[in-house]
Amino acid sequence: MLNVGQLNEGVVLDHIEAGKSMQIYRYLNLDKMDCCVAIIKNAHSNKMGKKDIIKVECPIDQLDLNVLGYIDHKITVNIIKDARIVSKKVLSLPEQLVNIITCKNPRCITSIEQGLDQVFFLADPEKEIYRCRYCEEKYRSMRRKA
Amino acid sequence: MRHLMSPLDFTVKELDNLLNLANDIEKNPKKYAHACDGKKIATLFYEPSTRTRLSFEAAMLNLGGSVLGFSSADSSSAAKGESVADTIRIVSCYADICAMRHPKEGAPLVASLKSSIPVINAGDGGHQHPTQTLTDLLTIRSLKGRLDNLTIGLCGDLKFGRTVHSLIHALVRYPNVHFILISPEELRIPDYIREDVLRRNNQSFREVVRLEDALPELDLLYMTRVQKERFFNEEDYVRMKDFYILDKAKMKLAGPDMLVLHPLPRVNEISVEVDDDPRAVYFKQVQYGVYVRMALILTLLEVEVC
Repeated sequence: MLNVGQLNEGVVLDHIEAGKSMQIYRYLNLDKMDCCVAIIKNAHSNKMGKKDIIKVECPIDQLDLNVLGYIDHKITVNIIKDARIVSKKVLSLPEQLVNIITCKNPRCITSIEQGLDQVFFLADPEKEIYRCRYCEEKYRSMRRKA
Repeated sequence: MRHLMSPLDFTVKELDNLLNLANDIEKNPKKYAHACDGKKIATLFYEPSTRTRLSFEAAMLNLGGSVLGFSSADSSSAAKGESVADTIRIVSCYADICAMRHPKEGAPLVASLKSSIPVINAGDGGHQHPTQTLTDLLTIRSLKGRLDNLTIGLCGDLKFGRTVHSLIHALVRYPNVHFILISPEELRIPDYIREDVLRRNNQSFREVVRLEDALPELDLLYMTRVQKERFFNEEDYVRMKDFYILDKAKMKLAGPDMLVLHPLPRVNEISVEVDDDPRAVYFKQVQYGVYVRMALILTLLEVEVC
């Protein structure tokens, strides 16, 4: 059994699809944050077979956890305070993604207009499909894409 | 302040009011001849267009207003690298309303977010062309007397043909409209229209390749041009451009009341011998385009004529 030290304050992201932890590390901008992060890859899981886990020691409000809904809304988010799980955040697909993904349509105005936010709206929650706000090009959530 | 980006920006009721206004303009043009005295429309056309730009300009002139603008990106500040957002902020100081055509999809939406005047999407890449849709709806309603209970054939470039996409968006809101989508395999309707518009609305439709198979059952045939400017590859364009040609012989397969519409310009897809057929209404459609743009300008500028 692998043992990683207990957190005092932060989040534990559990049930991450095996191999996806580094993507999440980047989307949460953890590489730019000065905090303690533990990444556990290919941990044993009764439910999933293998899974990844990320532990982040930092004040909760420093993390934008909404983006996790787009990456994989089945991730379990445990909020830790005083070394105890105080809540579990339920993830859902965000209605809107701003500057998370980039439109790949070469005919889209985002390909030439300076300073324009990349905005995607949730077009089909069932199929987890997002569309570019400007050209309506289709993108699947990361979980579906995999 | 309202903009027009997609035909769905208007509810069915608002659309009815707009088409009623257009029909009133058709019957009483003099009543509206000074409705926009002192107002200006800016036509910002970043790619070539004859009909749409002239139609907007004719519409504003018919209302007593005046026009300014440019007809290609080369003759605008876009050639110097100016953004759409900056251009519209500047044009907002010069005009009361603006019609924008742009090769990039979503450009008019970007403009509307920064504009202090109403922005009309006059065509953005292969995406939307709502004023053509308003023209098509007015033509159909005026000549067929209804927008429901119709079997409509859409033929040609259904992949890049923005007029087709906009028309489908608008017509799915009316009951009992059945679509027959006629295209070569390579130019089939995009999946976002098939999935999010047709299937999601439980719309009755089928996709066929042969025009002849569909003609006998149509109330309306909407022909489109295979647009050279939408292809990255010349070879693909050459292979596709003459896939469909509507001629006298094919018109014999159609019913006596089937109307032929086309957003124009026509190249080879409708033979000139069809022009004299009373069912060919694509030139009447152009006139309806002016009436509906007049109605749109009045509506967005909130000008009421008693």
